[in-house]
Amino acid sequence: MGRKADVIVREEVVIRFSGDSGDGMQLTGTLFSDTAALFGNDVSTFPDYPAEIRAPQGSVGGVSGFTVHLGHSEVNTPGDFSDVLIAMNPAAIRANAAWVKEGGTVIYDQDNFTEKNIEKAGYKTDPIKEEKLESYNIIAAPISTLVKEALKDLGLDPKTVLRTKNMFALGMVYWLFDRSLNYTEVFFDKKFSHKPSIAEANKIALRAGYYYAETIEALTPVYKILPAPIAKGTYRNINGNQATAWGFIAAAEKAGLKAFIGSYPITPATGILEEMSARKDLGVISFQAEDEIAGICTAIGASFAGKLAITTTSGPGLALKSEAIGLAVMTELPIVIVDVQRGGPSTGLPTKTEQADLLQALYGRNGECPVVVIAASTPTDCFDYAYDAARMALEHMTPVLLLTDSYLANGTEPWKIPAMKELREIKPRFANKDELPFIPYKRDEERLARSWAIPGVPGLQHRIGGLEKNTLGNVSYLPENHEKMVKIRAEKVARVVNEIPDLEVQGDKKGELLLVGWGGSYGFIITAFRELLAEGYNVSFVNFNYINPLPGNVKEVFRSFKRIVVCELNLGQFADYLRMKHQEFTYHQINKVQGIPFTINDIKEKCIKMLEEK
Amino acid sequence: MEETAVKFTAKDFKSDQEVRWCPGCGDHAVLSSVQRALAEIGVPKEKIAFVSGIGCSSRFPYYMDTYGFHGIHGRASAIASGVKTANPELSVWQITGDGDALAIGGNHFIHAVRRNVDLNLLLFNNEIYGLTKGQFSPTSGKGLVTKTSPFGTVEEPFSVGELVIGAKGKFFARTVDANIALSTQIYIEAARHKGTSVVEILQNCVIFNDGIHDEVTGKEVRDDRTIILKHGQPMIFGKNNDKGLILDGLKLKVVKIGENGITEKDLIVHDVTEPNPGIQYMLANMRYPEYPVALGIIRAVEGLTYDSSVHKQIESVQEKAKIKCVDDLLLSGSTWNVD
Repeated sequence: MGRKADVIVREEVVIRFSGDSGDGMQLTGTLFSDTAALFGNDVSTFPDYPAEIRAPQGSVGGVSGFTVHLGHSEVNTPGDFSDVLIAMNPAAIRANAAWVKEGGTVIYDQDNFTEKNIEKAGYKTDPIKEEKLESYNIIAAPISTLVKEALKDLGLDPKTVLRTKNMFALGMVYWLFDRSLNYTEVFFDKKFSHKPSIAEANKIALRAGYYYAETIEALTPVYKILPAPIAKGTYRNINGNQATAWGFIAAAEKAGLKAFIGSYPITPATGILEEMSARKDLGVISFQAEDEIAGICTAIGASFAGKLAITTTSGPGLALKSEAIGLAVMTELPIVIVDVQRGGPSTGLPTKTEQADLLQALYGRNGECPVVVIAASTPTDCFDYAYDAARMALEHMTPVLLLTDSYLANGTEPWKIPAMKELREIKPRFANKDELPFIPYKRDEERLARSWAIPGVPGLQHRIGGLEKNTLGNVSYLPENHEKMVKIRAEKVARVVNEIPDLEVQGDKKGELLLVGWGGSYGFIITAFRELLAEGYNVSFVNFNYINPLPGNVKEVFRSFKRIVVCELNLGQFADYLRMKHQEFTYHQINKVQGIPFTINDIKEKCIKMLEEK
Repeated sequence: MEETAVKFTAKDFKSDQEVRWCPGCGDHAVLSSVQRALAEIGVPKEKIAFVSGIGCSSRFPYYMDTYGFHGIHGRASAIASGVKTANPELSVWQITGDGDALAIGGNHFIHAVRRNVDLNLLLFNNEIYGLTKGQFSPTSGKGLVTKTSPFGTVEEPFSVGELVIGAKGKFFARTVDANIALSTQIYIEAARHKGTSVVEILQNCVIFNDGIHDEVTGKEVRDDRTIILKHGQPMIFGKNNDKGLILDGLKLKVVKIGENGITEKDLIVHDVTEPNPGIQYMLANMRYPEYPVALGIIRAVEGLTYDSSVHKQIESVQEKAKIKCVDDLLLSGSTWNVD
């Protein structure tokens, strides 16, 4: 195939696939990002779909998108503005026009730009003109007509034929980015091994799109992104929910325990329950409970019975689990609670991302009820923090609450696969069966953790429960005992600080402005930080993954900066928490509560303004 | 759970904790019957776990020298389901009351029964909230005057057996707290039955609802107002063993043997193993004065348990699985090397 078009070598490119929620955009985007990752690009993706499974066809509310960001160097975010937009209908233009880079490429299915669809998307005439995109690189392709023509000899029904439109579009994008069709073709052969005609139709549509792009030669410029210089090793693509599930399974294996998950399906956390339920090959016991409360209560029962117990949920479900988390705190049983945050309050924005469950995670329970709270910050480090959450729960005999979010859960990245032997040891605190009588709330001096006596072991029979106990495990209403136990439970969680890493500052250790982030907004803040640095601004960046307890060197880090700017997707919950824990500093805030991640510019512009104010 | 040759006595299952129920409370008798039953069942105490929710009866685990978990209100079925599913080797007992199991914990109760988790679920039914000092419960008779229904309740009560059968329950029995011989036998059968065994205990709250069951279970009247059902036996009751139950059309009917040509042969023979719950359902719902109240095992149908099915499924997947450890998992599917 000759390539007459100009080839532009780019550091990074953002491509957005957008169409009706029935158009298969998620699959299209995933196939493209897998192909890019196999080629060796660093990749970050973000699916963005409506809560309704099938919103009205052609409506802006029904637009489903999938963004792929690929680069020659490290890629930390799915990217704000796209270089290429693939719009399967006018509504996709409406939803994305503002997010296309000036002069970028827009490929659209001309056949779908009917008067009716144009009107449904809220346009009167030509969407391209109304959005003032005429000067962009616009490629109007009659995709529906072309797939019908390409597949006419297969004898398929018209509906099936039109379902391959996304593959035609994908074929065009492969040509545009000079990528091999091989991975996608193999995918279809496998997926439709029992329906070879469907596999064939998709492959023909894919190739037709590829050749069409070549033929029209209108697709200039052709982008070329060289492989990213990434560390040696074996890689795979993984999303945050899968990484979370695997982190737990890895921790169970390391600790010599069976994993037990008790959960109730809830968007966007369900993927963890699904993945763990599929892992019966590794002995995972999964219990899909009747509700959120039963989810955590079965997990507490399993923890009592000696399993690595997990429950997963999102914000509304965390609210329902509150009382039972208190029970786990009181009984001092190891359990990990995952909250994949979404837009709240109440049902809120179930498919959108937010970081507004922080205070609920820290404090949303009755009584003095401390738990360890940690947060993952990239799709792949969900594995590390799930693993570490399990380790802390088992070694410190405490509930651990792991915060991720919708963006991490659904976003994918290439992941350098670790070997099990490289992972930190996990030593559950089993009670010594020779040390009788067993005293349920006797503690080790260092961590203040009690021992774990598993039913089935002779001689260790004991009773625990939600009522306040004395050290012997007997119910006690003594005023001094209650205060003592409250303080011990708090101190036990506080001492976790001795075993977590210090904060690491990116950039200078002192200066004008320290960007502070926590959890899932990491990728956006670090990208903004790097760009600011490259533009000559005096900024540094620090990211928190350990929230309760906070790392031991917070004060040391903070006091070397003139301004501390806390960036988070809520109205300032982490900033308020820091104000309470470290009152001596002044905290500035950059917040966003729109159900979508920060853009790099959100952060950069505000920082530049602050730096210029002096 | 395997049975051992070691002999146990009721005392072996007593913990060192002082029992704190009110003097005269029906719970004392239940505790004693359960300890006797355990001695006979023969499962060693380290393989037994008692799980409870909240309420007077939920203090029960503290008085047993077994593993014990005193949970939170309504959630005992869920906690116990977790314990049993995590380790099917354990003998798991759930202690609950009418408020704990049927009000705040109603959802967990019906789902545990539906799944047929192998639990022995003892439901202490005193038709009142005792621990909160006398409010009506979901089993309080319509019109009952309590602190929160000073003019009488206006709501229909639940029938425990009806709920169990409606939730596809496979084992339901009813006993009276003070009838230690009958109770002990029922607890033994409940423990031997594989699946959720629900035992409704007509239990007396001596403070807030004293004598609520006396109309039926009082010493003077109980022979005529209750019937103790026995598998394979005709349904006979009465002080003189002269009354029985027949099927009259689609309904049960009380008859007198010897009257209108009725003989013992006309009576229904009790069958706890009949999967179709029609007659068992009617038996569970018999109310005085139209009928005697049924005691004994009403339904005991074999079926697969949730916990054993979960583990069997895991084993069968593992036999054929290509992924044997986490390293295999991490390297499965599409991967690529960067050299």
